[in-house]
Amino acid sequence: MNTRKVTTLLAATFFATSLATAASAKTLVYCSEGSPEGFDPALYTAGTTFDASSKPVYSGLVQFEPGTTNVVPDLAESWDVSDDGMEFTFHLRSGVKFHSTDFFTPTRDLNADDIIFSFDRQMNADNPFNAYVEGASWEYFNGMSMPDLIKSIEKVDDMTVKFVLTRPEAPFVANLGMDFASIMSKEYADSLAASGNLSDLNQKPVGTGPFQFVAYQPDAVIRYKAFPDYYAGKQPIDDLVFAITTDNAVRQQKLLAGECHVMPYPNPADVQALKDNSDITVMEQEGLNVGYLAYNTKVAPFDNAKVRKALNMAINKQAILDTVFQGAGQAAKNPIPPTMWSYNDSIQDDPYDPDAAKAMLEEEGVTDLSMKVWAMPVQRPYNPNARRMAEVIQEDFSKIGVTVEIVSYEWGEYLERSKAEDRDGAVLLGWTGDNGDPDNFLAVLLGCDAVGGANRAQWCNEEFNDLIMKAKSGSQEERAKLYEEAQVVFKREAPWATIAHSIVHMPMRSNVTGYKMDPLGGHNFEGVDIAE
Amino acid sequence: MLRFFLYRLALVIPTFIGVSIVAFAFIRLLPGDPILLLAGERGLTPERYEQLQALYGFDKPLVVQYFDYVIGVLQGDLGSSLVTKRPVLQEFFALFPATLELSICAIILAVAIGIPAGVFAAVKRGSWFDQSIMGVALTGYSMPIFWWGLLLIIFFSGFLGWTPVSGRISLLYYFEPVTGFMLIDSLLSGQKGAFTSAVSHLILPTIVLATIPLAVIARQTRSAMLEVLGEDYVRTAKSKGLAPKRIIGLHALRNALIPVITTIGLQVGVLMTGAILTETIFSWPGIGKWMIDSVGKRDYAVVQGGLLLIASVIMIVNLAVDVLYGFINPRIRR
Repeated sequence: MNTRKVTTLLAATFFATSLATAASAKTLVYCSEGSPEGFDPALYTAGTTFDASSKPVYSGLVQFEPGTTNVVPDLAESWDVSDDGMEFTFHLRSGVKFHSTDFFTPTRDLNADDIIFSFDRQMNADNPFNAYVEGASWEYFNGMSMPDLIKSIEKVDDMTVKFVLTRPEAPFVANLGMDFASIMSKEYADSLAASGNLSDLNQKPVGTGPFQFVAYQPDAVIRYKAFPDYYAGKQPIDDLVFAITTDNAVRQQKLLAGECHVMPYPNPADVQALKDNSDITVMEQEGLNVGYLAYNTKVAPFDNAKVRKALNMAINKQAILDTVFQGAGQAAKNPIPPTMWSYNDSIQDDPYDPDAAKAMLEEEGVTDLSMKVWAMPVQRPYNPNARRMAEVIQEDFSKIGVTVEIVSYEWGEYLERSKAEDRDGAVLLGWTGDNGDPDNFLAVLLGCDAVGGANRAQWCNEEFNDLIMKAKSGSQEERAKLYEEAQVVFKREAPWATIAHSIVHMPMRSNVTGYKMDPLGGHNFEGVDIAE
Repeated sequence: MLRFFLYRLALVIPTFIGVSIVAFAFIRLLPGDPILLLAGERGLTPERYEQLQALYGFDKPLVVQYFDYVIGVLQGDLGSSLVTKRPVLQEFFALFPATLELSICAIILAVAIGIPAGVFAAVKRGSWFDQSIMGVALTGYSMPIFWWGLLLIIFFSGFLGWTPVSGRISLLYYFEPVTGFMLIDSLLSGQKGAFTSAVSHLILPTIVLATIPLAVIARQTRSAMLEVLGEDYVRTAKSKGLAPKRIIGLHALRNALIPVITTIGLQVGVLMTGAILTETIFSWPGIGKWMIDSVGKRDYAVVQGGLLLIASVIMIVNLAVDVLYGFINPRIRR
């Protein structure tokens, strides 16, 4: 090939490329951070999977109002709760259509059978879809204790379903807004069972959501198109494409080059440059998470609240935000994040005051204290670099005469060993909320039942526990009051040093409109448009 | 020749058994329990943990697990991924063509540039040309792939806007994969511009993946040529008055190629390791990225199955190289 031919070919290639990127009018391209594990959200626990399955394709009985953690109707138009708080009756929306695709054409609208099927398959070993893929363990359904909680699910009539519980549990409704509670088409499942292609339920999803599934090329591209008969109306964009791009620097280059419209999880160090770029808008919001240092309150001298308080006052949170979070975090004063209802903003954080902290320790007769601080070996949303965080704390504590030894284990081992009630040392860990309910933080992480499990502080305080147990039932207003009080007890007793909530950044092309950040961390394109 | 082939083939069997043991043991030797990792901060009750152990068969003794695994492999069943719950073999074959396509392009580029560069460097030994070629080769050999890939993206895609940043083809084109090779499928699709789009997406990852093999091939060709050029028969050819082109191209290069072919065969393993990083940078949906993700999640079935399949590919290539070598150099066949 001579030089001229090569030049012509290259020119043609580059022209085609630039044309290809410019001509995508009403197609929204999302540079997602990873591949979905599958398309049946109940089988998995990863947010990346939910973004690709439950968010675009499925609906639930209830949903979280976009941009908040408030529970609002979705496929259920309304619901009633019995006086004893143990029966929840859902009235379904009529005329809701399932996606009609080239692999399935529905013959009927949504009804109670679909709701019952969607849960029955997760709890009933006789359901043909209970073990339809190898290793189906329904992790979220089990993780949220649904098998113990649900006594029965009854079809009252075609459009009414009743859940009977074994105990009153107000957060139950919020659980139904979670991804594992996505509603599947029983008709579709039956047709797959008849043809023997059961695993297609996890590969070719059919739902009632705003977008219908078109195709998935593993590790490369997922294609959806707007569902014309979506009950809330067709979406403003025609096509939604997920371009899977795992490296954050590459995602950023694609966004800058216009190869995608929206990208998640930018490198915190690059956020300022993105904000300065006039073609890019960067949205931000506090993540629904908390990073903390949990003392072992069963081991002296950490069984003394004043000692814990003194240590908390020695931690320079600002230094942690600057060095560990690089600006993508905010100091935490409560065990729940500020975007969650019942967050008690009137609580004052412990001041950073090493001198006072040292004096307090001496008052309690604690001198020459040496302790271990556990640092996680992995990056998490609530703690991007635990090792570095532990080093900052080590330096802070040394200023008040406390010697810190930093220890770490492999991640699975770390999670397991840190549960031990006789554990030596304070543990760096955190939590990301599942359903926006305060119970999901306060009871799961600090309740007496969780000692020896997720309650890494091994902290069982009667006053606190009574409040959160009482808050298991009642109206949201009544519950919020109890949780606010519980946060006061928490602050006084200081079982943790609350360190930070992350700040999530979401860069997008400036012509993208209508995007709402989800406090629960999902990425949802309902209502999103591209300005011409 | 047949005996030679059968002998080489027989050597594959113990290697395969060895690989299956290493693959099985390797991922289990790493600290980290896949069930605990799947549960994350949420954790599990001891009863639930036992249930899951039984579900995945981890409660059985290791020897029993190994034999279950081998029996499965012999029946063509490599198990299902713990994470995606899909069969390992199905995942592998969906992703392997992408890796193969990229590797083939990279090796063609490495050979097409590496051999001529090595030959010229040897012929012009000691000249500025030789020194700069070998300097560039050394730099290429020492280049951290991740950094190199990102640098090319920032310059060619970001700054100049000549090539796409990542992926295999522009998202505008959509067709069902037929062969899994994007260059072929894009031609088969008949969609205008699809082929050029596929080519443009291949340029940067091919350059990045070819860099190290190219450097190795160029250096190997140079040293092999230098050795051959000093041989008596080359001097004889020169004294007979043969044209230098003919001496280098016909007499010297042919003999120098023998060690070069071995080197090229060995580069297949290098390509597989290089593919892991290259695929991650360029969001290339191949098996490299798949394996890395699976090691992180301790996805036993994928790691052991993937290692076994990759090792099989390398064994097949090496077998082919051995046989090819036998054709070129009759002395080996004995």
